Amino acid sequence: MRYWLSFFLVIIVGAIAVIGIAGFQGGKSRKPPIEIFPDMDRQPKIRPQTGSSFFSDGKASRVALLGTIARGSHYLDTPLVTGQLTGSTNFVDVMPLAITAKLLARGRERYQISCLPCHGALADGNGITKKYGMAVVANLHDKRIVTQTDGELFKTITHGKNLMGGYGANIAIEDRWAIIAHLRTLQLARLGILADVPLDRRAGLK
Amino acid sequence: MSDIFPRWTNKLPLRLLLGVLIVGSVATAGVTYYFTPKYTRVGYQPIQPVPFPHSVHADQLGLDCRYCHNGVEQSWYSNLPSANTCMNCHNQVLSADPRLALVRDSFQTGQPISWVQIHKTPDYVYFNHSVHVNRGVSCVHCHGPVDKMDEVYHAKSLSMSFCLDCHRDPASKIRPPEEVYNLNWVPPENFAKDKGAKFVHDWKVNASQNCSACHR
Ligand code: HEC
Ligand code: HEC
Ligand code: HEC
Ligand code: HEC
Ligand code: HEC
Ligand code: HEC
Repeated sequence: MRYWLSFFLVIIVGAIAVIGIAGFQGGKSRKPPIEIFPDMDRQPKIRPQTGSSFFSDGKASRVALLGTIARGSHYLDTPLVTGQLTGSTNFVDVMPLAITAKLLARGRERYQISCLPCHGALADGNGITKKYGMAVVANLHDKRIVTQTDGELFKTITHGKNLMGGYGANIAIEDRWAIIAHLRTLQLARLGILADVPLDRRAGLK
Repeated sequence: MSDIFPRWTNKLPLRLLLGVLIVGSVATAGVTYYFTPKYTRVGYQPIQPVPFPHSVHADQLGLDCRYCHNGVEQSWYSNLPSANTCMNCHNQVLSADPRLALVRDSFQTGQPISWVQIHKTPDYVYFNHSVHVNRGVSCVHCHGPVDKMDEVYHAKSLSMSFCLDCHRDPASKIRPPEEVYNLNWVPPENFAKDKGAKFVHDWKVNASQNCSACHR
């Protein structure tokens, strides 16, 4: 009997010690996970967020060299890509994409992702960031902005302007135009007058 | 002359067997509990160079995940934002805060912030974000409630059985595409049975269980 008791005692103390040191599943830990059988988990290939000792700046994801163009990227000097007439710095008046319901829906979605935090859902400059100390956010219903050409808006989105950062790196070219299309519908909605409403719908208005 | 084998040795084989059985099952229990990604990975919460809180940005400010992780719909990889993206706001908000010193440096020099990667599948696994998020699989399935986290931690095991549990039965996990980025979406009753199964059928969702889907 004594042997059994001490035997169980050893097992229980051992188990408590292991749990005490190793904790439970799901416990927070600052240390990287142990890879118990590290098979071929980490291979000497370059993945995003890994560094490279080959290049002196340590970056594995290389920035395109000056004067080179990544495969598949837009590079032509066309209104679609620059918002300007080919070979000049004059902005295009009207966007180069056809306006379709699909484009408008896409523009609305993209606007809500990228612009809404600052400019607000109605583009009146009352986004949530205003509450946290972003004092200067443009009201996109200002006459100055409503009368801007599509090309100029495109440039603002791509490269930013004054205190607004550029979104060229975050938003694809077609999506930038789609956002402009949506912005125009927001502006139009505010400028609308009774004559814009089809006759058979006017009855429902106050 | 005394016996070579005293009486108690009669019971020795039985006792040894019992002892080995007990030690064996305790050890097996320990190994199944500890030698699994559910223990080794879940809860990993490294100290990041900048104490960036998702809870403030995604929940309190309501930023969409794609404001920062803007490549997640097109690419296998969900990019981390560059310092430019942070500076869109932080050139006005907390513009002199010491916690953001690294962000300002990175914005000036172009040298990226060295965020510590938390979720890392082994290099022999092929994973793709875009196939999942474009087909109604939300971030919350694989990353947990990131929008509530002050510091991101590894919330799910991301083991092979975790992936397969869903690939065997996507209908119960899938949701309408417009709710993928809304981590707090709760499926209405019977959603999986009616709508989920319909999505899987209509969109021809094919969550492959072939080894070659994930090990190419
Ligand atoms: C991080 C906050 C923020 C976001 C997000 C943002 N903007 Fe702005 N935007 C500003 C600020 C601040 C200004 C005022 C800049 C100034 O005049 O200094 C501005 C100004 C503008 C202007 C007026 C430029 C002019 O000619 O004066 C336009 C047009 C504009 N934004 C469009 C957009 C669009 C479209 C998006 C979405 C892609 C967007 N903004 C997203 C902060 C933001
Ligand atoms: C304001 C920008 C921003 C927004 C919005 C944002 N994130 Fe992040 N996210 C980051 C940054 C920066 C990191 C890297 C630092 C870290 O891990 O905390 C990160 C890290 C992560 C990681 C961990 C990556 C790894 O290393 O494994 C996950 C998962 C993640 N984000 C998911 C989300 C989800 C889901 C949302 C939408 C609810 C979201 N993020 C919204 C900026 C953002
Ligand atoms: C849409 C605007 C916006 C963007 C983009 C943004 N932030 Fe913030 N950030 C804020 C606001 C607003 C606060 C809250 C300020 C306050 O509480 O007064 C904040 C707070 C913070 C804080 C302090 C957190 C705390 O606990 O109070 C840190 C650190 C921070 N942001 C880092 C970042 C980093 C890193 C990025 C880029 C990945 C980023 N932010 C992108 C708006 C933004
Ligand atoms: C089906 C599961 C799944 C879904 C859904 C998912 N992720 Fe991931 N995520 C992963 C895995 C697995 C990794 C690790 C990938 C690796 O090893 O590089 C990861 C890694 C990341 C990372 C780190 C960078 C990287 O790609 O390695 C970020 C950031 C991230 N996810 C954000 C998101 C966001 C935002 C969403 C929702 C829009 C999302 N994820 C949806 C499984 C998922
Ligand atoms: C919550 C559900 C869910 C989880 C979890 C999940 N997947 Fe998927 N996965 C899907 C669905 C649904 C599809 C099918 C998409 C389609 O039909 O295009 C898919 C497709 C894929 C594909 C593309 C297959 C092909 O035919 O090209 C790969 C690769 C993949 N998943 C890998 C993974 C890995 C690795 C994990 C674990 C880290 C994982 N998935 C976790 C739901 C899930
Ligand atoms: C849905 C994606 C998926 C499919 C399908 C899949 N695997 Fe895996 N497999 C994974 C992931 C993810 C891991 C990494 C698990 C981990 O690190 O915890 C893995 C790991 C493995 C490992 C290494 C285990 C280890 O710890 O060393 C083997 C072996 C393996 N898989 C074999 C297979 C075989 C055989 C099949 C076909 C029957 C298969 N896998 C199908 C996702 C998948």
